[in-house]
Amino acid sequence: MPPKSFLELMQWGPQGWLDEMTFATGLTLAVAVSGFLFGLAFGTIAAIGKLSRHAVFQRAADAYTTVFRGVPDLLVIYLFYFGGSAVVTAIAQKFGAQGFIGLPGFLVGTLAIGIVSGAYQAEVIRGAYLAVPPGEVDAARAFGMSGWRLLRRIIGPQVLRYGLPGMGNVWQLVLKESALVAVVGLSVYLYEIKLGDLVLIYETRFSDLLRQAHVAAGSTRQPFVFYITAVAFYLILTTASTWAFRRAETWATRGLRQA
Amino acid sequence: MDFAFLYSSFLRLIAGIPLTLQLAFSSIGLGFCLAVLLAAMMRSRLLPLAWIAEGFVFVFRGTPLLVQIFLIYYGLGQFRPYLDEMGIWWFFRSPYYCALLALTLNTAAYGAEIVRGGLQSVPHGQIEAARAFGMSGFTLYRRIVAPIALRQALPAYGNEIILMIKATSLVSTITLMEVTGLAHKIISETFRAFEVFFVAGAIYLAINFAMARLIALAEDRIAPDLGRAAATIEMGKLSH
Repeated sequence: MPPKSFLELMQWGPQGWLDEMTFATGLTLAVAVSGFLFGLAFGTIAAIGKLSRHAVFQRAADAYTTVFRGVPDLLVIYLFYFGGSAVVTAIAQKFGAQGFIGLPGFLVGTLAIGIVSGAYQAEVIRGAYLAVPPGEVDAARAFGMSGWRLLRRIIGPQVLRYGLPGMGNVWQLVLKESALVAVVGLSVYLYEIKLGDLVLIYETRFSDLLRQAHVAAGSTRQPFVFYITAVAFYLILTTASTWAFRRAETWATRGLRQA
Repeated sequence: MDFAFLYSSFLRLIAGIPLTLQLAFSSIGLGFCLAVLLAAMMRSRLLPLAWIAEGFVFVFRGTPLLVQIFLIYYGLGQFRPYLDEMGIWWFFRSPYYCALLALTLNTAAYGAEIVRGGLQSVPHGQIEAARAFGMSGFTLYRRIVAPIALRQALPAYGNEIILMIKATSLVSTITLMEVTGLAHKIISETFRAFEVFFVAGAIYLAINFAMARLIALAEDRIAPDLGRAAATIEMGKLSH
């Protein structure tokens, strides 16, 4: 059988791989978005720690950002995958389960990316917070705002405005880092959900863009075709997000006088 | 804490340090040469040259390094007959050379942007003054443009060096046993992820800390008046 042409390989449907590659791109995007949101949460907590007046919180936040920016992301993914699975396996064995229980790649990837990007995000949020003019906070206090209202009306929006370029950088980092989940990726998970007498068997297949390319490359023996397609899909994602962040920046700074 | 286990893991992991450093430094060195070439092309008045360089930078900065490694190591295998015919299959068959090539191309793309930024920062007046002194071409570049650009580019390049040391961990996915590859091996043998992460992480932190100090020293020497960019590892370009 002669090797299939590029167009034959990239058909939509059971004959080709275009549909699989597109869904995998969606999964990559889902991993990146949830990792980014986790990172935003971790980063905010760490930024609060860094800005805190208590030395203990400052040191803890500094240790967190130093460690997770100084250690390779892949090592963090291994820590979460094997470490998390070891904990889950130990708990399951207490309840009589046997064998090794691997955690879903999606969960591991999202958490690991969240922790790592949170370390970068902390610096962005801290910088943005410090850029908020203190006079505006004073003015808000003079108007009687405090606590949550001050945060929501004055500080929060401005931190987002000043932090947006840095957050755009972190998003690009997260998008590219999401490829690492391919390393702990593809597994078929069977979940049994018992609802009274009803037993649902739920199957999920998890493969991100890179993993999907790897699988397709192995099954068609045309690795270059699929990796170059993955490159193209990643370029679409990164280019589209550069554009989106630029739009968001223009929108967020529309009320500012430009230098 | 099981110190005996930590110590034995440490002894096994340090065996991977030479490969980590070797890959990092050779790719940074080769990548820098390529980056200078790319930056020159991007500034060239020959538009096709500028387009090629910009396209290269766009592709390598816009995609994950892991995908680039797989594309070169697994992807090019598809063209084995042609590569064999050209007599370069030995290169693409070796995970080491493929990893080195991917790391070099990747860091060259990021480096090109840094070098270009450095070149752009050279004040026009300095070039005019040099021309008034009768300098031109290579002399002008060697004496005036290159030193000023280098000083400007050093903090960002320092960042890139540290990112590359971390990036070498990805080559473990194509069977090279550097520090992360060995860590993965020990974890899958013992399932003691926390201890191994602790030791391997400490090794990377130590290397990166030493590099950051060296870069700060170099900055002090080359550009004492600029004041050390204290935030060398703070901000700047983050990703690979």
